[in-house]
Amino acid sequence: MATKTITKSIPRAARVAAPAPLPAVRLTVNKAYKMYVGGAFVRSESGRYLQVTASSSGGADPAIVNVPRGSRKDVRDAVLVAKNASEGWAARTPFNKSQILYRLAEMMESRRSELVTSLLRGGTAAAEREVDASIDRVVFYAGFADKFHALVASSNPVAGPHFGFSVPEPMGVVCVIAPARPSLLGLVSTVLPLIASGNTCVAVCGMDDPRTPLLWCEQLATSDLPGGVVNVLSGHASELAPIMARHREVMAMDVWGVDKALAAEVEQLGTDNVKRVKVHGPQADWYDERKAQGLGFIERFLETKTIWHPVGI
Amino acid sequence: MLVIVAEPVILSPIVTLATVADQTSGARLVAPPNFNPASPTVDQVAVEERVAALAKRSLKKASKVAGLKLAISMMDLTTLEGKDTAGKVRAMCQKALYPLGSDPSLPQVAAVCVYPNWVRLAKQCLAGSNIKVASVATAFPSGQSPLPIKLDDVRRAVEFGADEIDMVIDRGAMLSGQYGKVFDEIAAVKEACGAAHLKVILETGELGSYDVVRKASEIGIAAGGDFIKTSTGKVVPAATPAVTLVMLQAIADHYRATGRKVGMKPAGGIRTAKQALHYLVIVKETLGDAWLTPDLFRFGASTLLNDVLMQLQKEKTGNYQSSEDFSKD
Amino acid sequence: MAKKTDSQSKAIAGRAAQPVSGSHALDFGKAWTYAPSPEATDHIKLDKRYELFIGGAWKKPRAGKYFSTISPSTEEKLADVAEADAHDVDLAVTAARTAFDKYWSKMPGRERAKYIYRIARAIQEKARELAIVESMNGGKPIKESRDVDVPLAAAHFFYHAGWADKLDYAFQGRRARPLGVAGQIIPWNFPLLMAAWKIAPALACGNTVVLKPAETTPLTALLLAKLIEECELPPGVVNIITGAGPTGAALVNHPDVNKVAFTGSTDVGKRIQRAVAGTNKRLTLELGGKAANIIFADAPLDQAVEGIVSGIYFNQGHVCCAGSRLLVEESVHDVIVRKLTDRIATLRVGDPLDKNTDVGAINSKMQLTKIQELVKAGEDEGSTRVSAACALPAKGFWFPPTFFTDVAQSSRIAREEIFGPVLSILTFRTPDEAIEKANNTMYGLSAGVWTDKGAKIFWMGQRLKAGVIWGNTYNKFDPTSPFGGFKESGFGREGGRQGLAAYVELEG
Repeated sequence: MATKTITKSIPRAARVAAPAPLPAVRLTVNKAYKMYVGGAFVRSESGRYLQVTASSSGGADPAIVNVPRGSRKDVRDAVLVAKNASEGWAARTPFNKSQILYRLAEMMESRRSELVTSLLRGGTAAAEREVDASIDRVVFYAGFADKFHALVASSNPVAGPHFGFSVPEPMGVVCVIAPARPSLLGLVSTVLPLIASGNTCVAVCGMDDPRTPLLWCEQLATSDLPGGVVNVLSGHASELAPIMARHREVMAMDVWGVDKALAAEVEQLGTDNVKRVKVHGPQADWYDERKAQGLGFIERFLETKTIWHPVGI
Repeated sequence: MLVIVAEPVILSPIVTLATVADQTSGARLVAPPNFNPASPTVDQVAVEERVAALAKRSLKKASKVAGLKLAISMMDLTTLEGKDTAGKVRAMCQKALYPLGSDPSLPQVAAVCVYPNWVRLAKQCLAGSNIKVASVATAFPSGQSPLPIKLDDVRRAVEFGADEIDMVIDRGAMLSGQYGKVFDEIAAVKEACGAAHLKVILETGELGSYDVVRKASEIGIAAGGDFIKTSTGKVVPAATPAVTLVMLQAIADHYRATGRKVGMKPAGGIRTAKQALHYLVIVKETLGDAWLTPDLFRFGASTLLNDVLMQLQKEKTGNYQSSEDFSKD
Repeated sequence: MAKKTDSQSKAIAGRAAQPVSGSHALDFGKAWTYAPSPEATDHIKLDKRYELFIGGAWKKPRAGKYFSTISPSTEEKLADVAEADAHDVDLAVTAARTAFDKYWSKMPGRERAKYIYRIARAIQEKARELAIVESMNGGKPIKESRDVDVPLAAAHFFYHAGWADKLDYAFQGRRARPLGVAGQIIPWNFPLLMAAWKIAPALACGNTVVLKPAETTPLTALLLAKLIEECELPPGVVNIITGAGPTGAALVNHPDVNKVAFTGSTDVGKRIQRAVAGTNKRLTLELGGKAANIIFADAPLDQAVEGIVSGIYFNQGHVCCAGSRLLVEESVHDVIVRKLTDRIATLRVGDPLDKNTDVGAINSKMQLTKIQELVKAGEDEGSTRVSAACALPAKGFWFPPTFFTDVAQSSRIAREEIFGPVLSILTFRTPDEAIEKANNTMYGLSAGVWTDKGAKIFWMGQRLKAGVIWGNTYNKFDPTSPFGGFKESGFGREGGRQGLAAYVELEG
């Protein structure tokens, strides 16, 4: 409910200096953070919100920020738009996907400082490192979008007068529970391989710092990526993951850093439509390019399609 | 009298010629302008797979004997050589009448097949029997002569007494897309045959693909052929089980659409009893009982008979036979 | 078609196929018939009783329980087979673990390869025996077990043997490590072949195996165990235990199993997926299907009919990838139905050991009942049934080749897997509609497309949500060719380089 939204209208500087005479500084316009669904920025249909702590070292946000707390119906809506976007996105040429993802990297680079200040560690070298790694990761997968096929496809030398080949195909809608941290790099590292191969996704961003992932969505929105290909919800993984697991339109889930009980629950619930559920322990190092990116991340959410045809006249 | 066949002539996937019945009135069919029958395509691999599967039918004892006897009764015993003589033709006719002198229970063959020059002699030799005399004609085997000469060839053979005419189609016309020409020639030959039965040789070994075989079959059937036949025996490959199946399927479709039964004659390269049984299995499982008769199925062969006789003797005696036990004519 | 609510297969014998109106029907009668041609079985010696193959030895089940296995074509008992309980399963898994630690994971790939090659050769040497027993125990025609199941089983071992020392090439610079002990549960439709599909890649990748064949068809897996024993594989590398559902459950739930591989029904597959949820066990599932076999008007129609026949009547339709939904472009519907009516009249149903049999016995009483129930549902929903008018043997479990016309997309027989020789024929008008209908199912294992137009094959191929697509052919299998499903037809692939991924952990 909008009425629950707390708006801090007094800038931090004023608070620190209070009591003060009439504010001499200009009042900051605070941003209302929204989730990204179907190419639009939306509040939770439930009206619920979560409060998170913003950066302590700069940035325009007040100390306490409200973000939407995604609900069952938000999952429903997001999965629907992801499903509707699926066929069109998968049908785009790999080259076109590659171009769009590279465009995303450009958008990130041009708003790099904004991402850097937004991160919890705002403005620090660590934040710069995370943003740079995130941009580079996008570039990595942009360049992979038209290449992984050659690495996983095969020509099958069958013992008969047939030509056979196997090609990778996206699964469809994949839901992601992104790692809690690093919130930006974690989300980028899990979402990009999915969409590079033609899946669409609904991700629950890491809630240690949801503001930066939601900010990143503004870059997604300006990157030529069609609406619905990536949808980002904020909220509790423990609440949303089981809903995603039960959703029969969702073909697969990529679950990072949840506790054992939730992981088991998600795996259990996913069996209703034989969902491909991948549960991961904490990733040791999202900066390690050898371990945190690669073909394996793409391959996990591919189907293999084998085609046979006779060879004759 | 010329009758222009009404458009549309032949429609995929079942080929029909509404006016085929006109042939009984003696009218000659003529293809419409730009005639190009839309015949279904044929998948080579699947056709060959199907005949290979049918080759695995296991025929034992009574069914083997019955099949081999049926094969004899369907044989067009053939000699078509430049060196054919009266002696050769007489010997062949004798074999046709009495395949194995020692076993009168064996059926006679369906026909002998010779060049026009030997039709009269063959008729004399076979007088009083039910064995037909078939003659090749139409500038056999290439067919590369003007139509009047081909028709003359046919009329002459019929005049000599041929019961059946085995004509060749103009493969050049077929492969250059002159389907109307192919059709018209067959129709003209059919007219020239009069009461004689017409077998239309497609010479499948020269047609290059099953698609063309299928289309040529449609044309041969539509233009009035009583039989369609694979080969002259002068081109390799001659008859194969797969090409035979493709032609049988054209016959089946024509029958389903019109009720008219067209016969089939694979010729050339069929030398063993095992091969003959394979063909019979293909016929049985494609066209069914009605075609398991010499009226609708023939083998064109020169050396097949001895192997069939040998296998029959083996079944009878239980012992494997020597080829020297059977006359080589 | 008169409604036979009891759907007794015997009652169908002699019932004529429905004539197609306005056509001249071909007559496939008795002008020339094939005499019985039974495969000689005098050289086959089955044991009276089979024990459990654990740790390289034949062990009696602890509980001393046995069940009998029969021939579905005669209902005669063939042998008694041990029923493994949880204790026996534990012994087998322990034996596999020991073999993994002691021998198999330490052996160079080159040596593993040679053991697997030995198995391949031994299968070829015993091919006829295996084929006969497969047909006796499972009911499938000898021509299929002889020409398909057994040669393909040997081919799978041959193919995977060669991978054993080449795993370093298989995964783009990543190192492949074996998983450990694989628990494998296989179905009754291709008993030996499925054992090969499971065991060969597991061994090639360095895993050890506990395999449970289906309870109705254990015999060829037990013969395979014997053969593996004769190949002198280190004890415990392959363990074969027999039993029903509880035995399988004990295997799936055993804590020391690292990998579960299952082929069978989607229902059981989901139960297994639930059972391994929350564990670290790796899982691959190859489950049910309701494949669309799509015939366009421009297809090579006579060959398409052959494809329909091999799609649904191969192995009595007991095939997960069977082309059980025929989608025909409406303009050729009547032609296809007429051709198919003629074609099924030539199918020879009967003694699986007769070399001329095309369609054998239904695998079990239970399966027959299920088929009968769904066929009745088809009749009740108003679809038109056509069954081949073949005489069926008095004993055994039989169902004649059957198809339904006038089937709606919503009909049960168009949605549920029948797993029998029963085809549902539907029509479509445009390629888009064909895709929409073909994909309108929870399954996604396979599909067929018949058209003469190359571009259309690729267009369809891109849009069909299925793991295997046969263009102008159907039901083709090869060890080099990855097989497996989309959606609720399971996950993971078997065959090809891609199939190895199910049995390795990748590092780097």
